[in-house]
Parts: sequence; C-alpha cells; structure tokens
Amino acid sequence: MSENTDKSSTGAAILIENVTKRYGGGKKPAVDQLTLEIPAGQIVMFVGPSGCGKTTTLKMINRLIEPTEGRLIINGEDVTDINGDKLRRKIGYVIQAGGLLPHLTVAANIGLVPKMLGWDKSRIAERVDELLDLVSLDADTYRDRYPKELSGGQQQRVGVARALAADPPVLLMDEPFGAVDPITRQRLQDELINIQAELHKTIVCVTHDFDEAVKLGDWIAVFDEGARIVQYDTPEQILANPANEFVENFIGSGAGLKQLNFARVKDVDMRPGVIGRPEQKPAEVLELVTLAERRNAVILDQRDRPLAWLSREQLKRMTELPKTRDENLPLVSTGSTLNDALDSMLQASTGSAIVVGNRDQFQGLISVETVMNAIRELRENASRQQAPVGNNTGEIPRVNGHGDDAAEDEAGAGSHAAVRTGRHAAPGDQAPSAGGSAAEPASASAEPETTSGTPWAGTRPEQGSSAADGTPSGGAAENPDRPEGRP
Amino acid sequence: MSSFFAERWEQILSASWQHFSLVVQCLILATVIAILLAALCYRSRGLTSLANNVSAIGLTIPSFALIGLLIIPFGFGVVPAVIVVVFFAVLPILRNAVVGLAGVDASTIEAARGIGMSRAKTFFRVELPLAWPVILAGMRVSAQMTMGIAAVAAYVLGPGLGSYIFSGLSRLGGANSLESVAVGVIAVVILAQILDAALLIIGRLTTSRGIRV
Repeated sequence: MSENTDKSSTGAAILIENVTKRYGGGKKPAVDQLTLEIPAGQIVMFVGPSGCGKTTTLKMINRLIEPTEGRLIINGEDVTDINGDKLRRKIGYVIQAGGLLPHLTVAANIGLVPKMLGWDKSRIAERVDELLDLVSLDADTYRDRYPKELSGGQQQRVGVARALAADPPVLLMDEPFGAVDPITRQRLQDELINIQAELHKTIVCVTHDFDEAVKLGDWIAVFDEGARIVQYDTPEQILANPANEFVENFIGSGAGLKQLNFARVKDVDMRPGVIGRPEQKPAEVLELVTLAERRNAVILDQRDRPLAWLSREQLKRMTELPKTRDENLPLVSTGSTLNDALDSMLQASTGSAIVVGNRDQFQGLISVETVMNAIRELRENASRQQAPVGNNTGEIPRVNGHGDDAAEDEAGAGSHAAVRTGRHAAPGDQAPSAGGSAAEPASASAEPETTSGTPWAGTRPEQGSSAADGTPSGGAAENPDRPEGRP
Repeated sequence: MSSFFAERWEQILSASWQHFSLVVQCLILATVIAILLAALCYRSRGLTSLANNVSAIGLTIPSFALIGLLIIPFGFGVVPAVIVVVFFAVLPILRNAVVGLAGVDASTIEAARGIGMSRAKTFFRVELPLAWPVILAGMRVSAQMTMGIAAVAAYVLGPGLGSYIFSGLSRLGGANSLESVAVGVIAVVILAQILDAALLIIGRLTTSRGIRV
C-alpha cells in the first residue's frame, strides 16, 4: 500500500481459510473449519455467546493463537508461516481496558511498536502527539502520564492510539469497550466510527453486545459454538431476516426499533405543514388549517425557522401570533436517526415532530405513523447485498485480485462501502468472495441513491452511498466468472 | 569496649568492609541466579510449587552444617563461604521472583505479545519490570538474612566479621572476649541496616512511577 496517495495506509482484506483450532488432544475443536473473508476497509463484528470461539478466531488473525490447520491470508499474502512477532507489529491490537503497560508512560506505550520498527525518536514523538490528538486527548497533558493516572475511557483511547501507532492496515479489537461505563462506551464507539471514517482500516472487533455490533459493524458475523458461522451479513439484513432462532434470540427484543438506527429522517416521507407567519392574524391561519383539514400550524420566522406549533384550539384563543421561539418545540434534524426522532416525539407526546434542516430551516413534519411505515419498509427491503463468505463447510472461495488495490481507490472517494452495492448472490455460495467484495472502485459503481424502494439506503454516512437494488456493480464486471446475482 | 574498638578500629572497619562486600556480591549473584531459576519455573504450576518447596526447605538447613560439609570438596577460604551465602540468599529471592512473575497480569502480557513483542522482549521489558518491586522485597529479606549467615564464613577462614564473633566465643571469659563478640554482632546489625537502606533507595530509583504504590 506504499503507493497510496493518502498518507495513512488503509485496510487490507483478510481471508481466514479453512482454519481449525484444537486445544490439547480435545475432540471438539474450538474453531472448526472456519472460512471467513473480511473485506478491506470495513468493520466486521464477531458476536456470539461466550466460549463460541470468536475470540480464538480473532487471535488467530494475528497468530497470538496459532491455527492447528488452515491458512491465513492478509492482503493477498499468506501469513500462516511468517514470523508471528513481525506479523503482529503490522496488525493493531486493542484489548479490554486498553492493555497498557502500567510501567510505561502514555507516550512510551504508544511508541512501543514504532520503536520496535526502528523509527527515530523525533518521528516517534511526533507520531505520539498526532495520535493523542486523533483520540481526543491533549498531548501536553497526557503524554507523560502513567496508565494508572488515566480514567478507564482515557486508557482505552490510548490503547486505540497505540494500536494505530505504526499505521497498520488491520486493527483487531477484543471486546474493546467492555470495561467502561455505558456513557463512556457510547462516546468511544462514536469516536471509533469517526476515526474509521477518516482512516478506513480493516477492523475486526469481538463483542458480546449485539447493539454495539449493530452500531459499529459494516458486517456482523454471528458465531455459535466451535466458531460456527450462523449468519454473516449486514446489520440491517440480520435484524430484518435473522437466519434462525439462535440469531433471533441473540438479537433480543426490539429488532424493529434497532433498525431505526439505520434510517435517517431525511430518507422518509415528511408531510408538509400548514405554515403561518407571526405577522398574520390567528384567524387567517386557523382558516388555512381548517381548509387543509389539519390540526396544527407551524409558525415560522422570516428565515423559515419554526417559532411555535399551534393547534386549532390555541389559534382560536389567540389574538396575536407569538413572535418569540417556543423552546419546547419537538424538533428533529434531517440528519437524526429515526430512533432519535421517535424519542423526541414520545417525549413531546405530540405524536409528531417538526423537521428542520440546515440553519434550523423548516423542512416538514414527521409522525409516528411515518416511523412505523419505515420500520415495515426496512423489514421488507433490508439490503440484499452479497455478503462476504463465512462458513464452516470448508468451501474455499477462489481468491483472485484480493482487494489490495481496492482500498486505494476508495481512500480518496471517502467511501469504503464498495461491498455494499446491490449484489446479492446468496451468502456462502461459491462467488469469488474475497476478490469481488472489495475490488471495485467505490464511487464509480455507486449509483445516485433513492431510485430504489429502500428509503434508508446510504444513510449511514460512513458507509457512503450504498446503492440500489440490481445495480450492476463494478465488482461483477471485474469478475466475469462470478455467478451473476441479478441482472 | 571503647578501648577494644579504639585499638582495633582499622581492622574492624576492614573486616566490616569485607563482610559488606561479600554479602553485596553474593546478593547480586543470588539475584541473577534466582531470576534465571524463576524464569524457568513460573510458567509451570508444578515447577512453581517445586521452587517454593525448595526455597522453604532450604531455609531450614543450618548454615553451620552446610558450610562444614562444603569444606570437604572446596577446602577453606572464600569459595565455600560464597557458596553458602549465595545459596541462602537465592531462596527468598527465588520465592518472590516466582510470585512476582506469576502475578503479572495475563492481559498485560497478551497485550505486549499482541503488539509484536517477542517472548524474550516481553520478559525483559514487561514481566521483569513489573515483578521488580516484589523481587526487590525478596532481595531485602535476603540481605538481612545473609548478613548474619556471612558470619559463619569465618568458620572456613573466610572474610568478614565472623572472626570477631568466633574468636570471642572460643575464649569466652578471657580478656576482651565479650567485647569481641559484641563488636562482631553490632557491626553486622549496622551493616544490615545500611544495606537495607541502600536497597530501599535503589528500589525507589529503579521502580517505574507507574507501578509505585
């Protein structure tokens, strides 16, 4: 990836090929003939009950645990037999509570890998400050502190900074946010999403928290005992169509509500409102409301910012329309998720909310019914994309092209969601998964969205514009031998 | 007493220095040996308990008997004295080193390995520094104990303050006998305190601020 124009190296594709891990002389392998491809530049979440082999699988990627059988291919290179220590220096590793070395300062911890790689002191110091800045810690304050002088969240941040120190293409995270309180966890997750939007690493993250998997993952692999892949798909698809009861149980209740996190207000149909201006007489506005057979009117100021939201009864009582802003208006922005919108509506107990765009300009109204419809549509139209291969049948996908340059194409495009275009061969079939999944110029193939019936497509900003159903993708063109998904 | 000291203070100081130097050198040697042994043992439960047992039983061996037996292969002089002092000095350090190394958080080691530190580098850069305060505590116990044990070196005509104690005891009742014993004992106690203080300071200087309690 040295020829990369971006100064940091972006993700590399990983292929776990037919890997088995047996401990001792045990009959039951901890990981049983697992084949799994991890697309370049994306976040893949491993979820599953404890003891299912997800952590073992993760640790086999950097060979902290050596596979008993099988091959490991990173960025097209077979790394099954190369020096494990050297391999690990090229793979970021984050564990619960950061795993900082307590006897070293923050700067020394972050500088460990660059030092092992033989960087000179000034370059290391520069990199340390850069990384502290990236993880939102003030370098001057924290550089010389020891881990015990940091809070749990700060330690975790330093752990992430250390993993990124030598700019590895791959980041492995083992329950990274398990040891911090829920509020800190949420902030760290948000920060990770931001960092990923900037760096486009290939991130493999183990978690037991399905909500975390949904929030962070581009793809989720649900594991059962023996690292058996029960389902490997997008969060949307898993929530909409869980493969079986096991996955359903794992998702827990409220799958519909969880889906609301994928959709944003701007993607659903807003209703226009009846608009009044403060200069008008209440009676005039009331007439408009009655004519439109609506119950409320939105009062806007000159710059189209909502001032008040008045019912017919209120309009009847008033002699003059309000000129100042009502601070309790149920406002949501076009960028809010439907989940946030629902929240605002329920809090305001209005059953609907006012949508505002840039500079608080009025855009329309959104109601609970709109959200309910969106849930239904989400279920019906959950993305049908070709999932990367994940199976335990020992089917080895043909590896071609291996996505090594895909990341470069994507780096500038600001989208790492090449895979998320509308291909949908069934997961687990023989499609040339590893190569095809990542090796397509992202922006080129991404159609302008909204032509499809998936109103939420491309709503997660970090995923770029995932395009419509049936868009012939660049990936398909590059791999003519691949079974055609859909015309 | 004061006249005894006044007349012989040069010899006493020189014997004290020999005693101190014997103990310090043996302590350094013992620390190296103990850490090597601990490094071999601490990862295996069986070897760990073996090390602990050896250390416990070893301490019950009378030093006097051991040094007497060592005369047979090694004769008189410094060699048997050093062997005895090192032997006893190793035991508490070994025990602490095993405990200290085994007590390093497994997740810390995993993190070190996970970012690409080799096995050896992990041991010297992570495990040993983290176990160091515990090892140092063992060294302090050893230092106190071997100050006393080093006195028996005089039995094999080795260096140190033991000669004052032995010669005093052998002619108990004679002129200056009590003074001789007292000088030996008091000097040993003082040296022990000095060494302990020195180790304490070394501990402060060599323990990372990040793991100081």
